[in-house]
Amino acid sequence: MQVKPQRITPLSESAVVVEFGNQISVELNSAATALADHLDAAPFPGFVEAVPAYASTTVYFDPLVVRRSLEADQPSLDRVITLVNAAITECSEKEDSKRDVVEIPADFSVSAGLDLQYLAESHSLSTDEVVSIFTTAIYRVYMIGFLPGFAYMGGVDARIQTARREQPRSNVPKGSVGIAGAQTGIYPLESPGGWQIIGRTDDEMFLRDADPPSRLRPGDRVRFVAI
Amino acid sequence: MSIIVRKAGILNTVQDLGRYGYQKYGVNPNGAMDRWAVRILNCLLGNAADSPVIEMHFPAGEFEFDRDSIFAVGGADFGPRLSGTAISNWTSHSAGAGDTLTFSGKHFGERAYLSVSGGISLGLWLGSTSTNLGAKAGGYHGRRLGAGDQLEGISSDWPVGLTAGRSMIPRYSSSPVVRITKGPEFDILTGISASSLISEAFAISTDSNRMGFRMRGPELFRYSSSEMISSATTFGTIQLLPNGQLIILMADHQTAGGYPRIANVVEADLPLLAQIGPGKGVRFELVDHLRAEHLLIDLERELAFLRTGIRLKTATKL
Repeated sequence: MQVKPQRITPLSESAVVVEFGNQISVELNSAATALADHLDAAPFPGFVEAVPAYASTTVYFDPLVVRRSLEADQPSLDRVITLVNAAITECSEKEDSKRDVVEIPADFSVSAGLDLQYLAESHSLSTDEVVSIFTTAIYRVYMIGFLPGFAYMGGVDARIQTARREQPRSNVPKGSVGIAGAQTGIYPLESPGGWQIIGRTDDEMFLRDADPPSRLRPGDRVRFVAI
Repeated sequence: MSIIVRKAGILNTVQDLGRYGYQKYGVNPNGAMDRWAVRILNCLLGNAADSPVIEMHFPAGEFEFDRDSIFAVGGADFGPRLSGTAISNWTSHSAGAGDTLTFSGKHFGERAYLSVSGGISLGLWLGSTSTNLGAKAGGYHGRRLGAGDQLEGISSDWPVGLTAGRSMIPRYSSSPVVRITKGPEFDILTGISASSLISEAFAISTDSNRMGFRMRGPELFRYSSSEMISSATTFGTIQLLPNGQLIILMADHQTAGGYPRIANVVEADLPLLAQIGPGKGVRFELVDHLRAEHLLIDLERELAFLRTGIRLKTATKL
């Protein structure tokens, strides 16, 4: 791997965080995602799961299993750090740009886009211009979190980047497409939330009966299509 | 056999030891808040450690057994009664057809568990029977138990009167000392705040639930106010909120968050936290990760000891 971690630090006695940096970048995120995929494909004894985030991967393990391979009484997380370092050397980032673009159809009318009018006014644009700018870009899925199947995507055009609402909604409708700064995301379930809502999709993002249960995966590329 | 819910409790759900392997898709692990209680009860009943149980909050409602069953309750002490007769926690009991399990009062703790010998039969969702209320999946139709619900179980012949000794039961307290390890962002705390963290008491606020406990305590300060980008969190992660207060993430925690993770409750002490509620105070004691791991090993050893004892008893009785 070309990107080396800045540090590997314990989260708890059964998890370590591998930090590649503290900014949102494709390079760091590719490293985090590649490490998680590599560990999933080649788990060490006691490995539980790897959770990639923007620029880090957290590796969960069962210390009681890891201990079995230790000769002295040392923390199993020291052993896990050694194993993770070996995995980092072995794995290579995938060429994400070759992935297919996932198209998500969405309704960008003002009735579905609860904050579309506000967003357009605050940028002195028409709602059509906002939608046009938004649907032109291709977004990268950096991580899944917050809710099952909630993809944090990056790459929102600077002309329409908008801070979160000052008053979060207690019920954001399922399928709502939101903007928070340079991020965009789709609420897979009805939920409280503070992102600026600009549209809504009928596509299911959380796939209750599928494995994996998420429509999108880290590293996916996404484009919205106005319907 | 089956267990019929005669009266709904305030929050009764089916849980096991949690759903792991899907956090990268945003699926939080859920699972019992007091996993040690679950493991002891399942051990007493000859069940697999991760056999599904009913997690109850008070008031816990009423349950009826439709035929002869062996069961045990533990965790919180809600004054369990079988058809009106007081029964003890942490002991295998026999119920006959039509017997009802009720709870007379909240004597200690926040979460009690009911397990039946042979286990409750429920389909797995992503490898676990734990209930995910937000996703409406897992457990019993992805929801809390209500009156009239019927949980099917597998009948099993198992001795009554098996009990977990006092040394086995977590050292529950209404004002526990909870051991913590340093988290990834511990060093952002100022020196004074780092010492306040371990010298002062923190109270659980009313705005606390299975997702997390919001704590009230001295305001803690940080050296740097630089933003952190979202990264993983786990059961027991202590985050520092922008207002200088702490939140401890519990079983229904989100998989990632952007607040500094200054510490983490050691796994062995999570049951102590799971059994206290709003208004109760805790103190934190800082230990290193090797110590945290040893505490876990000690618990495993206790459980292995209980399992051996039960094997010896059942070998002679069955």
